[in-house]
Amino acid sequence: MENPYLPYPVRIDSIVTETEDRNLKTFRFVFINPEDEEKFAYTPGQFAELSIAGKGEIPIGIASSPTEKGFVAFTVNKTGVVTTHLHNMKEGDVMGIRGPLGNWYPWEEMEGKNVVIIGGGFAFTTLRSSIIYMLHPDNRPKFKDITVVYGARNPGMLLYRDELAQWEQRDDMDMHITVDGTDDPDWKYNVGFVPAITEDKITSADNAIATVCGPPIMIRFTQPVLEKLGFPPERIILSLEMRMKCGIGICGRCNIGDQYVCKDGPVFTLAQLKQLPGEY
Amino acid sequence: MTAKIFSKKEWTQALEELKQAYRVFAPVKDGDFHTFMPLENGKQPDFDYPNSRLSPKSLVYPESERMFEFSLDESDSDAYILKEAPKDFSPQAVVGIRPCDSHAFQIVKRNFDNPEYQDPYWVQHFESTTLVGLGCNTPCSTCFCTEVGGDPFSEHGLDALMIDLGESYLVKALTDKGEAFLNSASGGNSADDAGLQKAEELAASAREQIKVSVPTDKLQDKVATDLFEAPFWEEVAFACLNCGTCTYLCPTCWCFDIQDEISGKRGDRIRNWDSCMFPLFTLHGSGHNPRDQKHQRVRQRFMHKLKYYVDKYQDGVQCSGCGRCVRYCPVNIDIREVCRKMNEF
Repeated sequence: MENPYLPYPVRIDSIVTETEDRNLKTFRFVFINPEDEEKFAYTPGQFAELSIAGKGEIPIGIASSPTEKGFVAFTVNKTGVVTTHLHNMKEGDVMGIRGPLGNWYPWEEMEGKNVVIIGGGFAFTTLRSSIIYMLHPDNRPKFKDITVVYGARNPGMLLYRDELAQWEQRDDMDMHITVDGTDDPDWKYNVGFVPAITEDKITSADNAIATVCGPPIMIRFTQPVLEKLGFPPERIILSLEMRMKCGIGICGRCNIGDQYVCKDGPVFTLAQLKQLPGEY
Repeated sequence: MTAKIFSKKEWTQALEELKQAYRVFAPVKDGDFHTFMPLENGKQPDFDYPNSRLSPKSLVYPESERMFEFSLDESDSDAYILKEAPKDFSPQAVVGIRPCDSHAFQIVKRNFDNPEYQDPYWVQHFESTTLVGLGCNTPCSTCFCTEVGGDPFSEHGLDALMIDLGESYLVKALTDKGEAFLNSASGGNSADDAGLQKAEELAASAREQIKVSVPTDKLQDKVATDLFEAPFWEEVAFACLNCGTCTYLCPTCWCFDIQDEISGKRGDRIRNWDSCMFPLFTLHGSGHNPRDQKHQRVRQRFMHKLKYYVDKYQDGVQCSGCGRCVRYCPVNIDIREVCRKMNEF
């Protein structure tokens, strides 16, 4: 009988330290059994359980895009037992990945629309997956304007800095990088909180869908900005986090009302969340 | 389907022989209480019991269960790779289970065996199990199965049903599994009309004895967020100790945790029953906890059983009316009263 709790064995292919506080690292994994890569077919917005024998599992959003072949990547914040252990592992070490889990951003609905992506801090991972996915030549024609607002506390806390600089140069997307503050005199991008930059840079909600990922405080102050711009709750997409174990809606801990964040989410529209108890 | 009458002595003898083909579990007197135990090492079943203190859910869903095993020895070629832990899925028979506890298996089946995912441990344990029920001639004061879709003589989810006729048991097969079990039991005579008639009378009398009213009819039409915001949750939770006894004893509570345990250079991934009564259940890595208050956790337990489950599966509440949480709650929180409050809100 198929066992949904059994992770695919993987090997750590590369580790990149993303932020100056060294608390965020991006891990690229390669499947030890090549056929598992096909079984792990995912869509941007999904997550997986990273499994370390003897330590346990943690649910982490997938930061790579399905258009990137040969590996899957996750950017992990050092927080608890599993993530701290993972941060001390090295290239070549063996562990496991279980998934892909959960739902994804509403790609079919986003086709033919302007896409607005708003991210803050280290919640940018599945948004990175989404941007790479949309910019792929096979996919780019499916979407109209792509506008991204991404902010962090200071320049050293931004994820994927090389890619951000490349996206900034492209003419097929509008990239707005911002930091809360900086003492770098050469900083050439925006300074200001994400909600303020959103209000400044996003001018219309016409035919647009907004996807927002970030710390709760950022989401709280971005939501009224989007509503003022005219985004209805059905076109504001959020991705939630919750303590999880099974990842398949069985173990019972990540519910909001009758919805399990791991299986029915993690992606919800603001309209859906308004129907649920505010317990997240 | 076969129906036979066994003298009580014959039945005990038959169970002894059935141990050849099944791992046989039955209620055994254990101190002041009864517990479902394997009939081995001279353990004798005692069917003259109200119900077991612990629900028999652990026979399909153990409190602690090894899922995987692994080596941490770098010299092993499969170090750090999880392997399925060996399991015993040979046939087992749970004899003397009360109809409420059988109903509870059907309630939790929707969680463990759903169209998208099948929990391989629960499903295979359940499939290897033959459930032989025992009708309740004398329901307890805390019983309310009839209010939540059950009955003291319900055949729902059972493979066979035993009825205590005084000096003998009437045993009716209800499924192919039950038929196979009964056909493997030696002794007994085909049930006669007098026996069947007496069983009917006992069932009617048992139903009569459950007087409590626990209406659930309006729960489905309530708005979940309204019930969630209802003013009574702090009052309901006031005395609660968050001890978790209710969830531990409940045959329909299914939440679990997954933990790794290591010993030297090898280890196991284990799943353990968990409880929404504990703050750690929902504590995020960041320190944020969506249910850090006691009343939030108590509300979650009742909302899950009496509203979220109702909304999700559209087929009744997540409660079989066994009354264990009512009977053993150290501060007398009573799900029947909470259900009335919710239904009337």
